[in-house]
Amino acid sequence: MKFDTPATTNPIDQMKIVGKPTNRIEGPLKTTGTAPYAYERHDVAANQAYGYVVGSAIAKGRIASMNLDAARAAPGVIAIVTADNAGKLAKGDFNTAKLLGGPDIEHYHQAIALVVADSFEQARAAASLVRVEYAREKGAFDLAAAIDTAIKPKASFGTEPDTAVGNFAAAFAAAPVQLDARYTTPDHSHAMMEPHATIAAWEGDKLTVWTSNQMIAWSVGDMAKTLGIPKENIRFDSPYIGGGFGGKLFNRADVLLAALGAKAAKRPVKVALPRPLMINNTTHRPATIQRVRLGATADGKLTAIGHESWSGDLPGGGPETAVAQTRLLYAGENRMTAMRLAVLDLPEGNAMRAPGEAPGLMALEIAVDELAEKLGMDPIALRVLNDTQVDPEKPSRPFSQRQLNKCLETGAAKFGWSKRAKPGATRDGRWLVGMGVAAAFRNNLNGPSAARVRLAKSGVVTVETDMTDIGTGTYTIVAQTAAEMMGVPLDKVVVKLGDSAFPVSAGSGGQWGANSSTAGVYAACVKLREAVVQKLGLASDAVFADGKVKAGRRSVALGDAATDGELVAEDKMEYGDLAEKFQQSTFGAHFVEVGVDAMTGEVRVRRMLAVCAAGRILNPKAARSQVIGAMTMGAGAALMEELAVDKRFGFFVNHDLAGYEVPVHADIPHQDVIFLDEADPTTSPMKAKGVGELGICGVAAAVANAVYNATGVRVRNYPITLDKLLGKLPDMV
Amino acid sequence: MKSFTYERVDSAAAATAAFARMPGARFIAGGTNLLDLMKLEIETPQHLIDVSRLALDKIEATAEGGLRIGAMVRNTDLASDARVRRDYGLLTRALVAGASGQLRNKATTAGNLLQRTRCPYFYDTNQPCNKRKPGSGCAAIGGFNRLHAVVGASDACIATHPSDMAVAMRALDAAIETVDAAGKARAIPIAEFYRAPGKTPHLETVLAPGELITAVTLPKPVGGTHIYHKVRDRASYAFALIAVGVIVQRDGTGRVALGGVGYKPWRVEAAEAALPRGAKGVADGLLAGAKTTHENAYKLPLVERTLAGVLAQAKG
Ligand SMILES: Cc1cc2nc3c(=O)[nH]c(=O)nc-3n(C[C@H](O)[C@H](O)[C@H](O)COP(=O)(O)OP(=O)(O)OC[C@H]3O[C@@H](n4cnc5c(N)ncnc54)[C@H](O)[C@@H]3O)c2cc1C
Ligand code: SF4
Repeated sequence: MKFDTPATTNPIDQMKIVGKPTNRIEGPLKTTGTAPYAYERHDVAANQAYGYVVGSAIAKGRIASMNLDAARAAPGVIAIVTADNAGKLAKGDFNTAKLLGGPDIEHYHQAIALVVADSFEQARAAASLVRVEYAREKGAFDLAAAIDTAIKPKASFGTEPDTAVGNFAAAFAAAPVQLDARYTTPDHSHAMMEPHATIAAWEGDKLTVWTSNQMIAWSVGDMAKTLGIPKENIRFDSPYIGGGFGGKLFNRADVLLAALGAKAAKRPVKVALPRPLMINNTTHRPATIQRVRLGATADGKLTAIGHESWSGDLPGGGPETAVAQTRLLYAGENRMTAMRLAVLDLPEGNAMRAPGEAPGLMALEIAVDELAEKLGMDPIALRVLNDTQVDPEKPSRPFSQRQLNKCLETGAAKFGWSKRAKPGATRDGRWLVGMGVAAAFRNNLNGPSAARVRLAKSGVVTVETDMTDIGTGTYTIVAQTAAEMMGVPLDKVVVKLGDSAFPVSAGSGGQWGANSSTAGVYAACVKLREAVVQKLGLASDAVFADGKVKAGRRSVALGDAATDGELVAEDKMEYGDLAEKFQQSTFGAHFVEVGVDAMTGEVRVRRMLAVCAAGRILNPKAARSQVIGAMTMGAGAALMEELAVDKRFGFFVNHDLAGYEVPVHADIPHQDVIFLDEADPTTSPMKAKGVGELGICGVAAAVANAVYNATGVRVRNYPITLDKLLGKLPDMV
Repeated sequence: MKSFTYERVDSAAAATAAFARMPGARFIAGGTNLLDLMKLEIETPQHLIDVSRLALDKIEATAEGGLRIGAMVRNTDLASDARVRRDYGLLTRALVAGASGQLRNKATTAGNLLQRTRCPYFYDTNQPCNKRKPGSGCAAIGGFNRLHAVVGASDACIATHPSDMAVAMRALDAAIETVDAAGKARAIPIAEFYRAPGKTPHLETVLAPGELITAVTLPKPVGGTHIYHKVRDRASYAFALIAVGVIVQRDGTGRVALGGVGYKPWRVEAAEAALPRGAKGVADGLLAGAKTTHENAYKLPLVERTLAGVLAQAKG
C-alpha cells in the first residue's frame, strides 16, 4: 500500500482498541521470567558452548604478537577465534570500526579474540590467559583539543552539515539583545539492562542467530556482508530485547564472534558482552561542544539564530547531529547551523535515544532560558512568541501539526509555573528550590514496513513481522492495530516479532517504530479484510466488529472465512512525499522542579511534568511509560551521566554501572505526563507519530534551568554535578 | 575468574587452621566484594574458606557497657538492632546509607571493613595500578580522579576507602578483635587498623595473613546527636564523594569522622577541639596537608560546607 495522500476516515478511527490504555500483552511472560531473552534461549539449539570476548587493552596501535598457547591448553577450551584465523571478513556498513580487530587496533576494548569453551567459567578463565603484546600508537582522545582539526562532514541520513538562511552574521551583530554561549555535553552510554548477547548455530552453510537486535533486516544484511555469505543463508531471531536505546541498532561483536565461534567449534556458541565491554566495545552517544548565538529585538523577537556543534568519531564515522532541531524549532529570519567533526580514537560514536536532538536541546534550551533572562521575559512567553507553523528554513513547507505553544501553556497551568520566583529566592529548609522549563522537539520519521496476517478458523488473527519490541510495547500496539482492523478482541490476536523469516519492517529506532510498523500491519489487514469479504461473498463495505463480519443483513463469524484453510495476507506500507510537503515533528514541554542542597550543592529532582503532542497515541499506557522512562534518562543526562574519558590511554574509565551512574528510584520522586489529543493524517493511516524519543528531548535543559532558578548559578557543562555549583553557592549560615 | 577450591568451616579455629594449610587462601563472608573482584581476576585466590556461617553472628553487651558485634553480623541486622539504633545511631545511619538493601542483607561486619577501593583503574586489569599490581604505577594520578583521596595519599596510590560503616566505627572508637593462625587473639583500635598507602598500597590493613576478624567492639555509648551525611551524585546506591559523620554533645563538643577523603575513615582527634566554634577550624584541622588534583579539589570546600550544615542540623 502506498501512503501518498493524507489519511481520511478508516477503521482505526473507531478507536475501540487503539488509543485505549492497554496492558502489555506479553507482560505476564516478562513478569514471570518466561519471555526468553537471547542469552537464555537454552532450548533453541542443543549442545551450546560458551564464548568469551577478549577486548583490546590499548586504544590505538597494533597487536605485535598474540600467544594463545596457555589459553588453548586451559580446561574445556574448544576453539579460539582471532582475526588471524577467522578468514576474510568485510566490514559492515553500519559499524565504523571492525567488530573483530587485529592486527590493527582502532579503539579500546575492540574485540580481538573469542575463546570458546564448554562452560562460561572455562571460557572466561581461558580468555585471561591470552597473552597479547601491543605496539601502542598515539591517538586523539580529547575533543576540546581536537576541535581545531575538525572538518565539515558529509551529509548523513539526509542531514546536511551546514545550513544558512538570510544573513546571520549581520543580524546577530545588529541585534539589540544578544546571547553567545558555549555548552558541552559528555559522552553517554546506553546502559540498557540487557547486554548484547547472541547464540549462533550453523547448519551447513546456513547461519541462525538468536540475538538482541533492534533492526533485523539491516543487521542480516550487514552480517551477510561481513561474512561474505548470501543474506538468504542467515536467519536472525530477536523476539525479546531488554532495552537498546540505539545500542542495538547494528550488529556488535557478540553477533559476529558467536557466528565465527560456532563455525570454529562446530557447535552452537553463545556470547554476551560483559558490562565493561559494553561501554568501550560498543557505541555511545558522542560528546559535543556547542556554541549557540541568539539575537533578539528588545521585545523578544528572534532575528538571528546560530548553532554550531563539534563532535568526534573514529575515522569514517559521523557527527552527532546536535544542531538538527535548531533548524526547525523557532522562527527567525537569519539563521545558520553547522556541524564539525574531529577524528577521535575513542570507541565509536553512534545513535543513542534521540540522537542529535537530545544533546542539541541540552544546549539550545538553556540558551533560550538565558536569553529570556536577558530580555526580562518569561521563558515560556519567549518561546510562544517565536513559534513558527512553517519550516523556518523553507517557509513553503508547513508543519503537519504543531502544538508546541499549547504544550507549554497546558504544562504551565498544570505545573504551577506562575509560582516560579526569581533565581535563588525560594528556600525550603536547607534546599534551594527552583523551576525550569524547556521545549521538547523530535522529528517524526516513517519507514516502509511490511507484515503478514493470518486468519485461522478459530477467528484468531496472527501477525508476523520482523519488527522488534525493545521494551517499548510494540507487541501490544501491533495487536491493538490488528484487533481494531479485524474487529476482534485483543485476546484473539497473536503477535510474532523479530524473526527475519517474517516480512521486513521498519524496525525500532529513531522513534519511527510505532507508527511505521503499525501502518504496515494496517496495510496487511486491509488486504486480509479484502480476502475475507471475497471469501464470504460479502459486499466490500462489510463491517468488521465483535468477531463478525456484517454486510446488509448478513453477519458471519470472522473465522468462517478460514474454514477451508487459513487466509493469509501480506502487504507493505510505503510512503510518498508527504514528509517532504509537510514537516512532521513531535513536540512537548518539560517542566522540572529541583531542590539544591544549599550546603553540599547536591541537586535532587522534586517533580517533573511532560506535555506531549505526538499525533495519535496508540497505547497511552505504554506511551506514558516511554515518556517517563525518557524523562528519567534526561534527568540522568542532566545530573550524573558522563563517560569519563582517560585522555592519555583513550578509553571510558567508568565502564560499569557502579561508575557510570544512571538515576535510581530515589532520584525520581514524581512524574506526570499529559498527551494532547492529536491525530496527524499526514503521517500514516494510523495518524500516529513517535513518542519514545520525544520524552528525553529537552529534559536535561529543563533541569539545568531549574537549577539556575534555584541557585542563580548557570552551569553550561553537563552533567550538573555539585562540584560545578559549590564555589558559587551562597555562603553557609 | 580462576578456578579455586572451597571449604566451609564451622569454627574460628578451623578457619585459621584451614588457612595454615592453604596459605594463599582467602576468607569469604558475604562475598559481595570478593566475588566481584575474583570475576575480574583482581583477586585470584586458589582456595576459599567460607566463614559466613560461623557462629560470630551475635551482638552482645560487653562488661564495659558497650557492644560486641560478631564479625558475621549482617549489615542489615546491625543497622536494625535496637541497641545500635538507640545508642549508636551514627552506625545505623552510616550503614543504611551504603549499598542497597539486598547487598546489606549479605554483607558482613568484617567484610565491610575489608572491602576494597572503588578506584575505577583498580577494576581494569589493563591499567597500571600499584594496589592491584605492585610496581605497575598508578593510572589515577594524572587520570580520572574526581573520586580520589585528598588526604593521606602517596605518590603510589590516591585511592579512598569506600566504606560508610567504617566512618561510623571510627567516630565511635571501635576496636577490631581478631585471632591468628596460632590461636592468638588481639584487639586493634580502628585508628590503627588501616595502613597508609606509602609505597605499598596493596597492603591495606595491619592484619597478618590468615588473621581472622571475630568481632568489632564498641565502647560504651557517648550520647549526643548522631548525624551521618553522605554526599553523592545520585540520591541512593552510590559511593560517597565525601561523607561526614558527627556526634555532637549539647555543649557543642563532639567527634567528626570523614569518608571518601582518604585511604581510611578519616578522623583527627586534635581538630575536634574546635567543634564548638563551628566547621571551619575543624575542617582545616581534618584536612591539613591535603593534596588535591584539578578534579577532586572540590572535596575540601565540600567537607567544610557539609560539616557546617551538619552542625547546624545538630543544633536543631
Ligand atoms: C553495587 C555495590 C554497591 C555498594 N555500595 C556501598 C556503599 O555505598 N557503601 C559501602 O560502605 N559499601 C558499599 N558496598 C560494599 C559492601 O558494603 C561490601 O561489599 C560488603 O560490606 C562486603 O562484605 P562481605 O561480607 O560481602 O565481604 P566479602 O566480599 O565476603 O569479603 C570482603 C573481604 O573481607 C575478607 N573477610 C571477610 N570476612 C573476614 C573475616 N572474618 N576475617 C578476615 N577477613 C575477612 C575477605 O577475605 C575479603 O577480602 C557496595 C557493594 C556493591 C557490590
Ligand atoms: S589510586 Fe590506587 S587503586 Fe587507583 S590506580 Fe592508583 S594505585 Fe591503583
